Amino acid sequence: MAKQLNWENVEVGGEITPLSKVATTLMLVKWAGASGDFNPLHYDAAFAAIQGVGSPIVHGALKRQWLVQLMTDWMGEQGTLKKFSCSYRAMDWPRKMATPMTPEEGETWQCKGKVTKKYIEDGQHLVDCDIWIENGKGEVTTPGTATVILPGRS
Amino acid sequence: MLPEEVTKFIGKSIGVVACEVEKGSIKRFADAVDDPNPLYWDEKYAGKSRYGSIIAPPGFFGWPVKLPRGMTFQRPTDISDPPEATENMRAALAKAGFGRVVDGGIEYEFFQPVRAGDVLSAKSMIKDIREREGKTGKMAFIIIETAYHNQKDELVAKARATAIYL
Repeated sequence: MAKQLNWENVEVGGEITPLSKVATTLMLVKWAGASGDFNPLHYDAAFAAIQGVGSPIVHGALKRQWLVQLMTDWMGEQGTLKKFSCSYRAMDWPRKMATPMTPEEGETWQCKGKVTKKYIEDGQHLVDCDIWIENGKGEVTTPGTATVILPGRS
Repeated sequence: MLPEEVTKFIGKSIGVVACEVEKGSIKRFADAVDDPNPLYWDEKYAGKSRYGSIIAPPGFFGWPVKLPRGMTFQRPTDISDPPEATENMRAALAKAGFGRVVDGGIEYEFFQPVRAGDVLSAKSMIKDIREREGKTGKMAFIIIETAYHNQKDELVAKARATAIYL
């Protein structure tokens, strides 16, 4: 695990350590099972075509969970995620598998964020952030916000 | 304007579901996300952490699945107030020309960590239904609020999810 982040060391405008993700058809199947979201839109090519999305799309909630990981990785074990939001503005399509374990070459997603506010409220050392996911073309498909409680000295 | 057959669902409860948070389900969830955080994986490590045991990632539960159905690989331990309202609302929306649904997004507020072994109950209600004009035509925005409590009756989290019907 990375060194613990302290509230004193965070600056408004500062970058949150980015997190790379590769959505694959394998990952979508795992997510369907783990989350219980069995909508065929995410694994049935014919169904996805009829629904007008071309081929199966990445679950919004999986992208949400990538952004949760962006925050939990950054805030460290002594940090607490207090508030979180995101909206699924554009669709993403997973890479197909080349072998049972490895995906084809293709798109990589970047989870990113920026500190927008730093304050103390009810004794809690808080940091507000803008967070988002960029697709392989650098377009934001999933914007959001997060508030974390960090360890602070005062 | 949305017909009354649709808007009458505003304020309706759509059920309470209770489920045990199992260690294996937490690991499966973290594996699906590809999140190696030892607080979800390593019992020894998590035991020595401030949580004292394996925890579930924030967001382990959420809309459209209030509690992962795969969480226990069995039916939820308790369902009271079956969520028929959801089905009836879906039927009314389909009749009004909104036959497809997409996940719009979610807002969470977290109050307590969720530990392996906790029994969570999720209580949901339809907070609002609004019609909006989108790029591709009319859309109906359904806001669903869920409150999650643990076995000690502590409020663990609140979620506000948006389902978009097209």
